[in-house]
Amino acid sequence: MALYLIILVLLAFTAFAYNYGRKRALAVAGTERKSRLHSLPHYYGAWTAIWCSLPALLVLGLWLATQNTVITQFIIDDLPREIRELPAERLGLVVNDIRNQAEGAIVSREVSPEIQAAADQYSRLKTTSRMAMTVLVLCLGIGGGILASRFIAPQFRARNAVESVIRALLILCSSIAILTTIGIVLSVLFEAIRFFEKIPIPGFLFGLEWSPQTAIREDQVGSTGAFGAVPLFAGTLLISFIAMVVAVPIGLMSAIYLSEYAGPRLRASAKPVLEILAGIPTVVYGFFAALTVAPIIRDGGGLLGLDVSSESALAAGLVMGIMIIPFVSSLSDDVINAVPQSLRDASYGIGATQSETIRQVILPAALPGIAGGVLLAVSRAIGETMIVVMAAGLAANLTPNPLESVTTVTVQIVTLLVGDQEFDSAKTLAAFALGLTLFLVTLVLNVIALHIVRKYREQYD
Amino acid sequence: MTDTAIDTASVVRQSLKKRYRAERRFRYMGLGAILLGVAFVLVLFVSIGSKGYTAFVQSQIALEIYFDPDVIDPEGTRNMEQIGRVADFSRLYKNALKARFPDVTGRREVRELYKLISNGSTYRLRDMVMSNPDLIGTRQTLWLVADDEIDMLNKGFIDRDVPESNRRLSDRTIGWVDAIDEGGSLRKAFNWDFLVNGDSREPEQAGIGGAVVGSLFTLLVTLMLSFPIGVAAAIYLEEFAPKNQFTDLIEVNINNLAAVPSIVFGLLGLAVFLNFFGMPRSAPLVGGLVLTLMTLPTIIIASRAALKSVPPSIREAALGIGASRVQSVFHHVLPQALPGMMTGTIIGMAQALGESAPLLMIGMVAFIVEVPGGPLDPATVLPVQIYLWADSPERAFLERSSAAIMVLLSFLVAMNALAVVLRKRFEKRW
Repeated sequence: MALYLIILVLLAFTAFAYNYGRKRALAVAGTERKSRLHSLPHYYGAWTAIWCSLPALLVLGLWLATQNTVITQFIIDDLPREIRELPAERLGLVVNDIRNQAEGAIVSREVSPEIQAAADQYSRLKTTSRMAMTVLVLCLGIGGGILASRFIAPQFRARNAVESVIRALLILCSSIAILTTIGIVLSVLFEAIRFFEKIPIPGFLFGLEWSPQTAIREDQVGSTGAFGAVPLFAGTLLISFIAMVVAVPIGLMSAIYLSEYAGPRLRASAKPVLEILAGIPTVVYGFFAALTVAPIIRDGGGLLGLDVSSESALAAGLVMGIMIIPFVSSLSDDVINAVPQSLRDASYGIGATQSETIRQVILPAALPGIAGGVLLAVSRAIGETMIVVMAAGLAANLTPNPLESVTTVTVQIVTLLVGDQEFDSAKTLAAFALGLTLFLVTLVLNVIALHIVRKYREQYD
Repeated sequence: MTDTAIDTASVVRQSLKKRYRAERRFRYMGLGAILLGVAFVLVLFVSIGSKGYTAFVQSQIALEIYFDPDVIDPEGTRNMEQIGRVADFSRLYKNALKARFPDVTGRREVRELYKLISNGSTYRLRDMVMSNPDLIGTRQTLWLVADDEIDMLNKGFIDRDVPESNRRLSDRTIGWVDAIDEGGSLRKAFNWDFLVNGDSREPEQAGIGGAVVGSLFTLLVTLMLSFPIGVAAAIYLEEFAPKNQFTDLIEVNINNLAAVPSIVFGLLGLAVFLNFFGMPRSAPLVGGLVLTLMTLPTIIIASRAALKSVPPSIREAALGIGASRVQSVFHHVLPQALPGMMTGTIIGMAQALGESAPLLMIGMVAFIVEVPGGPLDPATVLPVQIYLWADSPERAFLERSSAAIMVLLSFLVAMNALAVVLRKRFEKRW
C-alpha cells in the first residue's frame, strides 16, 4: 500500500475512534447524561483518537527511518564471502549497484549472477517490509483504539490524560532545538574525527598550504593533497575585515543619526528602506558582487594601473559589508536607545553640543552593547556562504592584498561537497573538519556577544 | 577675578565656532551614512532590474511551415504513434528556412542558417502534429522561438561594430536576421516559456517553472513542520515551562541556533538525513527538513513574543471560571497570539525561500529539466537556479538569472507585505 494511503486510512481510523470514544462516553454515562462523566465527552473521543494514531504513527516513522539500513545489512550478510570482505567504500559501491539493479536504474558494471540474486532478494525484502509495515501499523491503530475505549468509564479522568499527552508533545517539540544542536555537533564531529585520523590537528590548523585535490590512483604523484587551513582562515578574515570596514561606520552612523537627530518622518521612512537590505537573499548579493561590483573594481583598478583579480576579495567584502549594514544599524539602534535620557540631559546641562554628547557620553556608555553587536556581525560575515561562493575565488592564496583572489572556509566546504563524493576520502572529510571549525568559532563569538549584550542591558534596566 | 571670568567666556566663545562646525560635520556624516545605505538599495535594484527586464520578452521568427507529408509520414500510414517516434520534425522548420533563403548553399552555411531557430521548436512542431493530425499537408505561418544568440542580437546586446572574428555571430547570420526583420517576420513576444519551463542547456528554452515548483514544495514541507513545532515549542517555553536547567538549556540552544551559519545546517542535512537515514538526494522533502531546523528559532522567538504580549488577565479570567491551564492556553491565549505567530512564520518562510547555501549541500544543485511532481522528485529551488545560471557563460543566462532574481524578490515583497498587513490588521494594543 502506498505511504500516503496508509496515512489516509490511519486518519480515517482516528476520526472514527474520536467519534466512537465520544459516543461511548455518553453511553456509559447512562440516563443522567453528562453530569456523571468526569470530563467533557469530546475528551474521551480525543483520548481514543490519540491511542489510535500516536503509537501507529510512531512505529511508521521508526520503520521508514530504519528499513533501508536493516535491509542493506541483510543483503550484505547474504553476499558471497569475497565481496563481503571488501573494504568499506568498495562494498558501498556494490550495495549501490544492487539497489540500482533492483530499481531498474543504470548500473555501473556488468551484472554478475550474485548481484542479480542480491537485487532480487533486495526487491523481495522491500516488498515484504512494506507489507509487514502496513499490517503492523493498521493493527496498532485498531488495537490502540480498542484498548483505549476499554478505559472509558464515568470516573475515568480523560481530560487530565489528554492534557498530559499534550504537555508531553509540547516538551518534545521544544527539545527539538537541543536535538538539532546535538545533531549538528555529532554529524560534524564524527566525520571531523575521521579526518583528523588521517591529517593531524596541528597540521590542519597551522599548515600553510591548501590543495585538497587527492589523486585517483594511489601511486600518482602528489596523491596526498595538502590540508593546511591557514590560507582559508586568512582569506575568511580578510573578507570579513573588509565587510566590517564597510558595515560598521555606515551602520553605526546611520543608527546614531536615526536615533538622535532624525525626526519621526525620516525615521519612519529610512529605517524600513535600510531593512530591505536585510531581507534580500544572499544569492542576490552574490550575483551583484560577481557580475556588477567585481567588473567595476577590476576595470577601475585597470585604469589606475593596478592588477586586480576578477575574483578579488575586495568585491566580495564590499558587498558583504552592504549586506551587514542593517544588522549593525538595528543592533546599535537598540543599544543607543537603551542609554538613559538622564545621561544626555546631564551632558546638555553642562553645555555640550549634541555631537559632543554623542561622542563623549552616549557612545562610551553604549560601547559594550555596540561591541556585542559588532561581534554578532563578524560571526555573520564568517559564516556567509553565497556571496563568497559566487564572488571570491577558489585559489588558496595566503595574501593580505584585497585586490587578489582569496578563498574562504565556506567556499571550500561548498566546493568539496557539491557533486558526487565518496564518503571516505580525506577531501570530503576535510569539509566536515572545516564545518566543525566554523561552527565552533561562530558559537564562541555568539556566546560572547550575547553575554555582553545581555549584561549591558541589565546595567541600565 | 573678573579677568579670569572674561577669559573663560572668551575662550568658550572662540572655540564655539569650531565646535559648531564639528557638530555640523558629525550630522552630515550621519545623514551621509543613511543616504549611502539608501543608495545601495537603489543601485542594487536598478542594476538587477536593468539587466533582467529584457528576459521577459523573447525574439520570435515567423516562418511559413509546410507540414510536409513526405517528412512527417513518408510511408503514408498515418500511424500517429509511429510518427511521434520516428519522424524528424526539425526538418519542417529547416525546410522552411531553406525556402526563405533559397540562395544559401554549402553545408556550413546551411547549418549556420538552421541555427537561427531554437532546436526546441522541434518539440513544439511535434506536439502540434500529434494533437492535430489534420495539420499534415497544410501550410501554416508560425512564430517560432529564435536561438538565444539571435535573441541577444535583437535586444541589442551584441555589438555589430566589433570585428567579425571577435563576435559570436557572423556577418552572414546578421544579414539573414536583418532580412527577416525587414520583412516584418521578427518580433519580441512575452516570454511564457521563461515562466513555465524547467531548466535547459539552451538559454532560450530555460525557464524558472521547475525551480518555482521546487521552491513551492520545499516551502510547503517547511511550513507544515516548522509552524506547528515552533508554535508548540513557544507555548511550552512561555506558558508551561518551569524555571529550571532544562528550560535554560533549551533557551540557550534556540538563541545560538538562530546565529549558526546556514551552511552548517546543510552539513547536518547531508550527514543525518542523506547518509544516516538514506533519504533521496535533491528532494524537496530533505530541503524542507533542513530549512525547518533553520527557521524554527525565528518562529519560536516570534511566537514567544506574541504570547508574551497577551495580558495575564486573559489567562486569569479563564482559570477563574474553572478552565484547566491547557484549556486556558489553547482556548483563550492562543487565538489572541495567533496573528503575531503567523507574522513571524511568514517572515521565517521568506527567509527560507531566499536560502540556498544549505540546499547546495544536500544536492539541490543538480541540473533538472523536468518540473518536479512531488516532494520526493529531484528538484532545485529558485535561489539555487539563480546561482546556477549566474555561473553559466552565455550572455542570455545572465539576463535570465537577473529576471529570476526579480521574480524571487517579488515573491519576497509579497510575503513581507502580507506579514505587514496581518500585523496592522490584527495587532491589538491591550
